[in-house]
Amino acid sequence: MRNPTGGRWPRFALRRAGRLLGSLWVLVTASFLMIHLVPGDPVRAALGPTAPADLVLAHKQELGLLDPLWRQYADFLSRLLSGDLGVSISSRLPVGETIAHRLPATAQLAVAAFLLSVAVAVPIGVVMAVLTRRGRGRRAELAFTGTSVVVGAIPDFLLGVGLVYLLAVQTHVFPVAGLDGPDSYVLPVLALAIGPAAVLSRIVRVEMLAVMEADYVRTARAKRLTPLRVHVVHALPNAVTASLTIGGLLLSSLVAGTVLVENVFAWPGLGSSIVASIVAKDYPLVQGTVLVYGVGVLLINTLVDVVLALLDPRSAIGES
Amino acid sequence: MRALRRPVGVAGLGLLALVLFVAAFGPVLWGERATVVDTGDLLAGPSAEHWIGTDNLGRDLFARVMVAARLSILLALAATAISLVLGIALGAAPMLVGRRLGRLITSAVNVLVAFPGLLLVLFFAVVFGVGARGAALAVGLAGAPAFARLCHTLVAAVSERDYVAAARIAGVSRVRVLLRHVLPNIAEPLIVNATMAAGGVLLTFAGLSFLGLGVQAPSYDWGKLMQDGLNGIYVHPLAALGPGIAVVLAGLAFNLTGEAFAAAPGRTRPLEAAREPAARTAPVAGTSLSVDGLRVTIPGPAGPIHAVRGVTFTVGDGEAVGVVGESGSGKSVTALAVAGLLEPPIRVDANHLVVAGEDLMAAGAHRRLGTSLAVVFQDPMTSFNPAHRVGPQLAEVSRFHQGMSRKAAFARAVDRLRAVRIGEPGRRARQYPFEFSGGMRQRAMIGMGLMGDPRLIIADEPTTALDVTVQRQVLELLAEVRRDTGAALLLISHDVTVVTDVCDRVLVMYAGRVVEELPAKDLRTLARHPYTRALVAAVPDMETDLNRPLAVIPGLPVDPTQVPSGCAFAPRCPFADDHCRAVAPALVAGVACHKSAEVGR
Amino acid sequence: MSVLSFQEVSVRYGAHTVLDDVSLEVAAGQTVGLVGESGCGKSTLARAAVGLAPVTGGRILLDGRPVPNRGRRPVQMVFQDPYSSLDPRMTVGESIAEAMPERLGKKARQAEITRLLALVHLDAARAADIPGRLSGGQRQRVALARALAARPRVILADEITSALDVSVQGAVLNLIRDMRRDLGLSMLFISHNLAVVRYVADHVAVLHAGRIVEHGPTARVLGAPQHEYTRHLLAAVSLKEQK
Repeated sequence: MRNPTGGRWPRFALRRAGRLLGSLWVLVTASFLMIHLVPGDPVRAALGPTAPADLVLAHKQELGLLDPLWRQYADFLSRLLSGDLGVSISSRLPVGETIAHRLPATAQLAVAAFLLSVAVAVPIGVVMAVLTRRGRGRRAELAFTGTSVVVGAIPDFLLGVGLVYLLAVQTHVFPVAGLDGPDSYVLPVLALAIGPAAVLSRIVRVEMLAVMEADYVRTARAKRLTPLRVHVVHALPNAVTASLTIGGLLLSSLVAGTVLVENVFAWPGLGSSIVASIVAKDYPLVQGTVLVYGVGVLLINTLVDVVLALLDPRSAIGES
Repeated sequence: MRALRRPVGVAGLGLLALVLFVAAFGPVLWGERATVVDTGDLLAGPSAEHWIGTDNLGRDLFARVMVAARLSILLALAATAISLVLGIALGAAPMLVGRRLGRLITSAVNVLVAFPGLLLVLFFAVVFGVGARGAALAVGLAGAPAFARLCHTLVAAVSERDYVAAARIAGVSRVRVLLRHVLPNIAEPLIVNATMAAGGVLLTFAGLSFLGLGVQAPSYDWGKLMQDGLNGIYVHPLAALGPGIAVVLAGLAFNLTGEAFAAAPGRTRPLEAAREPAARTAPVAGTSLSVDGLRVTIPGPAGPIHAVRGVTFTVGDGEAVGVVGESGSGKSVTALAVAGLLEPPIRVDANHLVVAGEDLMAAGAHRRLGTSLAVVFQDPMTSFNPAHRVGPQLAEVSRFHQGMSRKAAFARAVDRLRAVRIGEPGRRARQYPFEFSGGMRQRAMIGMGLMGDPRLIIADEPTTALDVTVQRQVLELLAEVRRDTGAALLLISHDVTVVTDVCDRVLVMYAGRVVEELPAKDLRTLARHPYTRALVAAVPDMETDLNRPLAVIPGLPVDPTQVPSGCAFAPRCPFADDHCRAVAPALVAGVACHKSAEVGR
Repeated sequence: MSVLSFQEVSVRYGAHTVLDDVSLEVAAGQTVGLVGESGCGKSTLARAAVGLAPVTGGRILLDGRPVPNRGRRPVQMVFQDPYSSLDPRMTVGESIAEAMPERLGKKARQAEITRLLALVHLDAARAADIPGRLSGGQRQRVALARALAARPRVILADEITSALDVSVQGAVLNLIRDMRRDLGLSMLFISHNLAVVRYVADHVAVLHAGRIVEHGPTARVLGAPQHEYTRHLLAAVSLKEQK
């Protein structure tokens, strides 16, 4: 209340941008150090024990592993700034090219699943909260909690397997795997979205229940508004901000969840390639992919914070 | 073990016992069967002999799923233990090390926790290499930031408690405070979370092995079995789904157990159906509020709480009536009941309850109260919706009830804010509640009540949360509003001086009943109920005799779940006899006391 | 009996000044009341004296020497919220024993706990109870007993009755007066309630926006206030009695 309204947003933007930059630095440094943390000789491990010594040396030279550490770090940063992520050990293709080729498929999958889970979870959570408030509808509550706990406990890749079995193998409604036309999105997006939707709907319900007990909802009832108006205009915005705070992490974990689902559906995205490159010890490719995933997560987190600040102006000044 | 009384707890613990049993004895019971190679029966479907078929070497898959339980569970527990220990160390460290280092650790954890666990797992899997041990380390390390954050939040919450400050002042060292006061008080939520995390870790492991990054052949866990089975999903779906079901069941066992312990508040028993409908009586004429035989029952874990036990009173048109009592006397519940703001499962009964001419016991009366009844609550900091600006929150009343346009309603809201003496009302109306001070919010709340044309204002402890100087402004504003609008007032307060100052008539409540009703000016001098007298004498004011000890009411207030059958005040009353303890006195001629004749002397 | 003196004490958090040049003396055996509205800095002053708030300027002296803010403080504090001031997992006896200056044998410890509980008018059997079984007033008495267990030279009481019901508040106030009479304790008694302070304190200091605006003997300050703010406060309280 002491803050002039005008100063709130620039300060929020400055602080949030500072946090984003700090996290980016941690991410970049960690992915740089990753190759140095591998016990033993990473290049030898990648090429196998039978590779000739001069080939190993040549690769090391190419990766810059013979330079002093600070020099490698500086080179890594400057290359990164110019968009150069290095060259894959196994395919000899530029890492940036490979990622650019595969990223769209992964991004489409993640965004579609994100939107679907929010679109499903919020209405379900709100309706369940209204139906089961103050110990009403005990049976509905038990059914909802039971279902959401069970569904939330099924890992996305297993859901994928189950969906493939039911809807592709048994009934041939949707294609089994691959990316080919709109049909092929249905199963992977479902597999990815159902779990988070179950968990998020529980969070929304719990938050909504808490908000419906708040003093300001009692104030709204004292104004003798219709129950619908009390729930939608007065309770919902506050419940959504609270759920987003908790659910934000859940949604960014969805980005990582694509890795498993892509492997089930042979989806031509980053998830298939990162696993193959970890097994093959193709470090430059792993490094680049981890960076891209990390940046994706950080962008989602920032987006969630900005949405929160728009919905609830206190969060723009309140947090430290 | 309250958790065991809920179906979720029983299911969770039962399942957990089963899973742990299989993990312990699976290799002993099925170990042999799991390794028998039967080349005549490769990749067979389910049969009586092989419940979920065989793998590509003809080995029985059911036996293999049972045997895999031990490795799967052990790896999950090991990884959870790593996360937990590291997390506690990182989360508690800020309390022990200096402020600056502590802040560094906290912000590092905050950065790490923003990355999803699976991404960290993949990162560490690169570092530690492919295999069971590497995967356990990777999953364990990846889970540590989340535990550190949780632990830090819990530690910070406990550290703010006064008993930690008291221990520090008493010379207890930081380490000892951590061990004696902090850790025991956060152990429960930590264990609950660790249990649920173990379920999650189990799934993560299955995922890793499924990707080929976890357990490597010839060892196998559930994830590895699933990976092997996925290739044959067309012809032999159970080979992939069987181990999958095992993973889900085991994950559920941990989740449900944690869930049951996390949310084990005592279950409230629903109230039994109302007895015969109360006899209908007619409201007293010329009143803004007329209540007869009001009873409020709240379901509680130890049976129903009779918060209000038959209260009858009226507030005449334009009159100001105060209700005083201690916490638990039922005064606030009475206010909420007559304002029509109690919802099921709380039960409100009355012979009649008529507010501003509307019969609240009949359906559909509520909506018309939107303009004729104003309500002011205790805590101005939480009574406004933080998500909306103040002006529109006021304007909503006129838009909804009086059909005003958005613009006209907003203009009225600004006008009402001016009426309750808020400076620059036009600018203030566009601000959010958090930009208002406490006193200003309470005035805006009164302004909200003035959007309509109130016949009655119900104010529930309107000044309790405010500073003394602000209290006076709010009380003066209430008096002014009454002068201008002629509205009646029902004022609830624990503060005898506030009530005597503002009101014409006072009701004194104890244990859900009105024990005395008298003119406000007589409260200090002419009270006839021993409780009223003690209550007035126990509060020091600016004229209290400094040479005598304050009057004290012995004993404790009545437990609302166990109200005695006789007079509820009898156990604390110096005048009480056996008759008082056996028979509850009725409110006759303004006092509910068998001994009022003696007390009055 | 000891003298606690605050000499030009300032407490700042960043650009925010909570206490500004506050000088105040709690003389030996005296109860000094500190009144003011929420946010004026009264709690911070007490917390600064026991090292719970950082002092950015000035000194806090006990009998002429700085108050140690490590180890056992010779100045003890009792807090406002009875539900937060006792560890819910420790028995009343354990909480009190923790504050005792020397390690005693089991018997001697029991005897000391019983003595302290008697001082605050509680039954010795309460020592085995956990706080969950006590009422708010009983908890505040245990908190007082714990403060006394540390053999303090000065006690700081921070709004110790404001969270209590009126019927219980009187008993705690009587106890405070008994303790001053019987034990000769020096005490800083913080409250927003003028009538309560008038009842227990010999001297009163009025704190407004981080500064002491007036102080002196209770009867003088409340009877013939000099400062505008004190008059303002008194007018707010005695509104009802004047009419």
